[in-house]
Order: sequence, then C-alpha cells, then structure tokens
Amino acid sequence: AERAASPRRDILNKVAGAAAVVAAPGVAGAYEVPDLLYPFEGLEPYIDAPTMKIHHDKHHATYVTNVNKATEGKDEVPILDLMADALEAGPGIRNSGGGHYNHAFFWDEMAPHDKASKTKPSAQLDELINKSFGSMDEMKEKFEARAAPGALFGSGWVWICVNQKGDKLELVGTPNQDNPLMKGVLDEVMFPILGLDVWEHAYYLKYQNRRPEYVSNWWNVVDWDKVSENCKYAVDNHAGVPVRG
Amino acid sequence: MSATTKLLNPALRAAANLRSSALPKDVSKTAAAYLSAAPSGGAHTLPDLPYDYNALEPVISAETMTLHHTKHHNTYVTNLNVALEKLDAAVSAGDVSGIIGLEGALKFNGGGHLNHSLFWENLASKGSSEIKDGALKAAITESFGGFEDMKKEMSATTIAVQGSGWGWLGYNPKTGRLEIATRANQDPLQATTGLVPLLGIDVWEHAYYVDYRNVRPDYVNAVWDVVNWDVVEQRLAAAK
Repeated sequence: AERAASPRRDILNKVAGAAAVVAAPGVAGAYEVPDLLYPFEGLEPYIDAPTMKIHHDKHHATYVTNVNKATEGKDEVPILDLMADALEAGPGIRNSGGGHYNHAFFWDEMAPHDKASKTKPSAQLDELINKSFGSMDEMKEKFEARAAPGALFGSGWVWICVNQKGDKLELVGTPNQDNPLMKGVLDEVMFPILGLDVWEHAYYLKYQNRRPEYVSNWWNVVDWDKVSENCKYAVDNHAGVPVRG
Repeated sequence: MSATTKLLNPALRAAANLRSSALPKDVSKTAAAYLSAAPSGGAHTLPDLPYDYNALEPVISAETMTLHHTKHHNTYVTNLNVALEKLDAAVSAGDVSGIIGLEGALKFNGGGHLNHSLFWENLASKGSSEIKDGALKAAITESFGGFEDMKKEMSATTIAVQGSGWGWLGYNPKTGRLEIATRANQDPLQATTGLVPLLGIDVWEHAYYVDYRNVRPDYVNAVWDVVNWDVVEQRLAAAK
C-alpha cells in the first residue's frame, strides 16, 4: 500500500539515510539500530539519560545483532515484514526481530517534553480514543492499569492498536518481545500506534521497582503528532507502521 | 535474627522440600525456616536474610540485595497475603469463578515468595562454601558427566531465558536424577514440573541490573562464586 505523504516522514527518511545508524558494533546485516531523534538526555527527567543510552546502545543493539544473525543469507526485507509470521519463523526472529521492531517503534513515538507537550491527538485519533475508551483520561487510566506489575507480569509491552477493520482502538499487553503484528499472539493481528516497554531494563535505573511511577511519567514524553500519524497510517492501510532501521 | 520460633507452614515447607525432621539445626535457623504462617493460616512474612546485605559483594552488591529483598520480595509477600485473603473470602462464599480468577495472583505472588525464599538460602558469601565429595557431587556427575559440565549447561540455559524467569537445578523424584530447568516469570518449579528445587538463579533484570546492567552472562557466571553448596546438599538429602 502507498504510504501517505508526510513532510515529517520525508525528513526522517533523509536523516535515516544520511546518518551513521549503527550505534554499537555488531554483526553487519540487513538491520541497523536507528539513531534517536533526540539526545539521550532529551527525555529527562521522565526517562533518564543513562537508561536511554543503555537501552538504545546495548539492549536494542543486541536485538539487531541477533536478528541479523537469524536472517543471515536471507532476502533483505523491512523488519515490519518479518512480524506477521514471526512465531512460525522461530525464536530468533520472534525475540530479536520483535525486539528490533518494538524498540525502533518506541523511540520515534517519544519526544522531549517541551516538544511533546505541544502535541495533541488529531481529530481522527481523538474520535477513536473517545469511541473506544470514553475519553483520553479514561484511556490513560486503563493503559496504566494494564501496565501495572500485577497485570503485565514479568517482561512485555503495552499497546494501543488500531483493529483490523480500522474502526476501533484496542488496549493490549504482550509478553517478552512479542507484538500485536505477530499472528498467533493475540486473537487477531492488530496495528500498534502507541507502545510502552515495561521490561525492567526500561525503567530500573531511575525507578527501581516503581513501575507505576515510570508509566504515569511517560505520558510527558509521548509525541501525539507521531501517534496520530501512526493511527492514520494504520487506518488507511490496515497494516503495521514501518520503522527506521 | 529473631529468637522466636515460628511455625513452618506445611504446604510451603513441602514446596521448599525441607521436611522438618530432615532439617539440620543450621538450616532451621536460617531464612528458609521462616516460610511461616501464623497458626490460623494468616499472613506470610518476609524472611530475614541469613547474612548481611553486603555479604555477597562483590558478586551481588548491598544495593541490589536491599532492593531485591525489601522491595521486590516484600511486595510478593504483601500481595500474596492480599490474594490469600481474597481466596478465603471466595472459598467461604462458594464463589468458584472468584477462586479461579485468583489463579494468576496466587501463582505470581506465591511463586515469587517461594522462589526468593529459596534463593536467599542457596547463596552465601564468596569463599565460604564449596562443593564437597558426597551425594550431591555424585548425583551431578551421574546426571551431567561432571561438576563443570553441569555449571556450563546451567549457565547457558539460564542466560538464555527470554524475558523474566529463573534457572533451576532440580531433583527428579521419579528418576532419581538431577535436571536443569528454567521457568518463566515466577512460576514455581515443583508445582509446575514436579522437580524439587535444589539451586535457583534469579534472572529477572532486577536481580542484576544495578550491578551488571544488560550483561546477564557476567552475572550468571559470577553467581557460582556465591552459591551455598551446603544448602544445596541438604535439599537433595531432604528430597530423596
């Protein structure tokens, strides 16, 4: 499907093409760790710089190294294209391919607070949020409940997704590096527009065991313009959002 | 360490596989003995560590031990008590749906309490414990070929756990052999596999992130230096 025209996406593609994208050494291959669109300290004080640096340069880089190993010798395809059949493809693609997609998706939906605070949902996204959850506040409340340690136990992600039909938003959690794009993970494949990493590595240095505090602070760095773009893409294409790297 | 004796809850004792008759004095005084419940089956409590918070340095820092014990384990204990209260209410009301609905909370928090209680017990300060010739060593040799073989296999398997979980050396009561197993999240070993836990290694990120960041292999390789082999030996004896 044709990707909707977007000046922001054009800029991103140019930046991605020009930048030296591999932040950490690893096995060369089809996939690379995309540079963040903001400095490591950009999401302070909500997400600390040391966490951003290790999360990006170590954890994400390891997923990239491992998915490159798992796809060695195979045709190069965008990481998005590996998601649908990830369970069938095996643990290498599922865990490391999923890890690469999820983190690439995560970095770009966030922005420094002074930028993020000026963003808001598009009319389309606003309408879908109200229809699906009642209101933005109710959506956030339900999201935080879904992300709580007793609700998403262990490692995983919480997502807001556009459903198959494109007429409703769903709130879901997935374990480890699974995501809603993978057939067999949820009752039906759906298309994430917003996601939150609740693996302990995402918050431990600053928040230790206090995951709820991390989750409620995170709203301060959500870029609603990007989330709205993700929403339009998913609704128009009935497909997952492409990511850089 | 409190001088008061506490009752050992039979169910938890069975789960930790420490028959009171088989408990040597040393073990009975240590943390595992405090897997206790008040006589009416009431609240579980956080067991004291059998050593100071800094005892496992430099392998595991005092900071990690403090967070791990007073925050993570403590939360499992608190939430287990909440879940058990709800279970009592549901059982009393004959609310089968409510009983089943508590399954997750009981497994998470009960498993978390069991696993961590076992974990503190099977650790000891560096240099204070070594594996001796005896039943444990013989069983390891029989089941894995040798002590180093077992360590290598258990390290690799434990490091490879996806996301949060545990690596275990367990005793299979049906075969009489030792096995290595991993469990996701806080799934308790014996309840879910029938293997009796002898030695556990926590690989939730909270167990090692402060000291090792993302480098789980360094943590798992180092943790062998702080294993309490006497406890592992005693658990095997109690299991047979």
